[in-house]
Amino acid sequence: MSDQQLTCEELVEIVTEYLEGGLSDAKRERFEEHVVVCSGCANYLDQIRITIELAGRVTVDDLMEESKIELLAAFRDWRRE
Amino acid sequence: MDAPETRYAPPPGQAAIVEALKRGDERTFSDLVAEFSPSMLRVARTYVSSRAVAEEVVQEAWLGVISGIGRFEGRSALKTWIFRILTNIAKTRGEREGRSVPFSSVGGREGEGEAAVDPDRFLDAGRWAGHWTSAPSRWPELPEEQLVGRETVGVVEAAIAALPEVQRTVITLRDVEGWSSEEVRNALDLSETNQRVLLHRARSKVRKSLEGYLDGVQT
Repeated sequence: MSDQQLTCEELVEIVTEYLEGGLSDAKRERFEEHVVVCSGCANYLDQIRITIELAGRVTVDDLMEESKIELLAAFRDWRRE
Repeated sequence: MDAPETRYAPPPGQAAIVEALKRGDERTFSDLVAEFSPSMLRVARTYVSSRAVAEEVVQEAWLGVISGIGRFEGRSALKTWIFRILTNIAKTRGEREGRSVPFSSVGGREGEGEAAVDPDRFLDAGRWAGHWTSAPSRWPELPEEQLVGRETVGVVEAAIAALPEVQRTVITLRDVEGWSSEEVRNALDLSETNQRVLLHRARSKVRKSLEGYLDGVQT
């Protein structure tokens, strides 16, 4: 691996790999060194973390109530068998 | 079950849940339906053509769970087992509808060649090539009620809904439902790289929508 520094444009493409713990030690070090000196990228990393946090507050589509009632009835029937 | 070689350890509490299901405990069953159905719907949606068909697939999967629970031996996580039933049904349904399997063919390539951030945001020449021309702002400086307000969450929700189907499923399972990458890879039959690329594209786009909204509000 070369000593060449990671550019901001490159960093934003490996941010997920960084958060997933998938980077090699050398690459992770370069990532972390970059973020320390580059406020734009530090903000970007923050923004991604906030994005993940906000996604956790989204409510998801669920089964219709009738479906749930039908399923419970099916479960009851099965138990009786 | 008592084989010493077994490396798989079920999650704590699973044995009690399975036991209760086998006994016919309704509360346990409805809790499970409430917990897993949203993710099941999302996964099903990647295989079939409509929300309505996905609903049927999820129902059918639960019926499969009911009839199969007596034979479940706890050699895998209950969740893994349930989602295996679901994806089998969803795949069959999708094939019958003449839909191509989304992952192995197109799905894995969804989003390839897209930049996480518009290339115009970076200098393209000179000593500082690849560095920000307009750097991202510091969101934590925004008022708390704006940053985590209902409207902001609505922006995230809309951005997720606008994603291509497989990206949408991956980000929903990972970031909305809190699944691990391994769970997502198993349920969707994705390679590690594909899972990560799909998640990366999805998060990048949602961030971009948020930026448009939050920084628009900011000024």
